[in-house]
Amino acid sequence: MTSILLVAERDGQGEISQSTLQAVAAAKSLSDSQVTVAIEGDAVKSGASLAVEKIVTLSPTDSGDAGIYDKATYDITSLISLINPDLVLFNKSDFGSVVGARLAFRSDYAFAADCIEISSTVTGLSVTRPVYGGSALAEFEIASTPAIVTLRAGAYETGTDTGSPIIEAFNSDGSVVGQGATTTDTVAEARDGVRLEDANFVVSGGRGLGGPEPFSLLNELADILGGAVGASRAACDAGWIDHSYQVGLTGKSVNPDVYIAVGISGASQHMSGCSSSRAIVAINKDGDSNIFKEARFGVVGDWEKVLPSFLATVRDLKA
Amino acid sequence: MTFRIVVLAKQVPDPETPPSQFKIDESTNSVFPPNGVPPVVNGFDLNAVEAALQLRDAGADVEITVLSAGSEFVMDAMKKPLAMGADRLVLIEDSSLGNIDSSGTVKILAAAIEKDGPYDLILGGRQASDWDQAHVTLGLAEVMGLPLVSLVQKLELNSDSVALQRVIPDGYQVIEAPIPVVLTVTNELGEPRYPNLRGIMQASRKKPEIFTLADLGFSSGDLAPKLELKKLYVPESNRQVELIEGEDEPDSGKQLALRLREEKLI
Ligand SMILES: Cc1cc2nc3c(=O)[nH]c(=O)nc-3n(C[C@H](O)[C@H](O)[C@H](O)COP(=O)(O)OP(=O)(O)OC[C@H]3O[C@@H](n4cnc5c(N)ncnc54)[C@H](O)[C@@H]3O)c2cc1C
Repeated sequence: MTSILLVAERDGQGEISQSTLQAVAAAKSLSDSQVTVAIEGDAVKSGASLAVEKIVTLSPTDSGDAGIYDKATYDITSLISLINPDLVLFNKSDFGSVVGARLAFRSDYAFAADCIEISSTVTGLSVTRPVYGGSALAEFEIASTPAIVTLRAGAYETGTDTGSPIIEAFNSDGSVVGQGATTTDTVAEARDGVRLEDANFVVSGGRGLGGPEPFSLLNELADILGGAVGASRAACDAGWIDHSYQVGLTGKSVNPDVYIAVGISGASQHMSGCSSSRAIVAINKDGDSNIFKEARFGVVGDWEKVLPSFLATVRDLKA
Repeated sequence: MTFRIVVLAKQVPDPETPPSQFKIDESTNSVFPPNGVPPVVNGFDLNAVEAALQLRDAGADVEITVLSAGSEFVMDAMKKPLAMGADRLVLIEDSSLGNIDSSGTVKILAAAIEKDGPYDLILGGRQASDWDQAHVTLGLAEVMGLPLVSLVQKLELNSDSVALQRVIPDGYQVIEAPIPVVLTVTNELGEPRYPNLRGIMQASRKKPEIFTLADLGFSSGDLAPKLELKKLYVPESNRQVELIEGEDEPDSGKQLALRLREEKLI
């Protein structure tokens, strides 16, 4: 039997997130799995039919702990001692990356971040994770339990199974959990239109754009197609567009139907954030650049000449 | 009083190595050092060095120590933080360090920091570009029992605390943390400065201070890995690009749009 503690996250509406549903599918793929889901706050509607054995609710975190996650680290550490799982599964989100690593090292557990595959072996678990920015894959065997694993979004498809889990509240003993850092404010940019992460169409610009102005062309294209604009890290680091538009390993993950990369060389770290797109389209003046190894369609050419006519044709098609 | 900062830095293969030069030795599950491309200090660690130097620029009396654990150090690479303006370089060098995993690295770094400390601020980069785990600095905070704030893009020193901005997907959080504290720094902080000639000269005269595992009270048996690397390989890509070639570049743009429509992609 594989006993799994899966730490759930919510989406913008407070429901169980798509990434968590994918993690449930990953957990169910292990041999003879018994899954307990831990979730902060009250159990949600979509939880009642989740294909797991049990849901444990944790009391919510206050805003002073946002991004620090002292409380979640403490609560889930306590929960692990109580239920002794073989595997603790997180999403590779901000929350999962911090809480997973903190509690693993707090208790000297094995930790594997950003995995794309987990499987049962005779002696324990095997995980596969991209390394060297996605240039290589590494397969590890983890013999000690529990193994703390974070899972990359999109690595598994959400399942269709349903279940009727028992729902319980977990009351942590409430002793000192904090280490003194406090969040006093959150400054978030409200953005119109589709979220980059949810968009079915994304057009991203890179260093090849040469400056901030061309992003207005990209914006126009995204507007016509009801999509969103993204960027490479080079474009963000240059200050042409805010870092919150960055797609990639250390930026956002997108999975649109069409991902158009303009003036982007296709470094593995960039592709890590968009390789699950249905079709990648490249506009780049260098036919040897790596982006053409990843793209389904491409034009070798200068974006200044290619993009305006592309935009005009798209506008006509949509008119 | 001098404010003591330690910056964790890792030597990594240059991530800008062209993909054609990135090769894996499958018999040893390791990356072949690319021909003629020397290793570098992990980019995000240089952002952390930059963060420390900015505190000095802002008028604080700081001593900046760069600490690294590894083997086969290349001094030209490892001295870059000194050339940027850091004061000391401490290396934990041991050939067995090639075979440990991060649970061991964290224990070694913690021991070195305890021996060389106390420190007011422990900085690391947000992740290393070789194994991309983003967890050594986080783990260090836990092992040392110190507060931790990750993904810092801005920091300011107060008398007994630090004021921080932490990057989140659509903005940032404003965080106040006590000292000592462990921070990971992200590239949003700004580009690391280029060493100037004076910095390079000073760095060339400085010798790294070396700790061995024995100095830190470890034998390699204490550091058994928890994760066993079974296989390291380059994934196969079977994508085949369809290049759209019109009469000229504007025509290619037009043809591309028509082709995407034909495929019902737009
Ligand atoms: C640990 C780590 C994490 C990283 N995380 C990310 C990440 O999350 N996201 C990310 O994007 N990067 C990331 N990077 C950086 C990544 O390795 C690349 O450096 C970056 O993606 C390059 O951006 P670029 O393609 O815009 O620039 P370049 O690589 O400089 O490419 C520019 C391209 O534009 C083309 N071009 C130039 N002029 C024109 C023109 N007029 N018309 C058409 N094409 C033109 C060129 O042919 C070239 O291919 C990371 C790196 C590391 C080490």
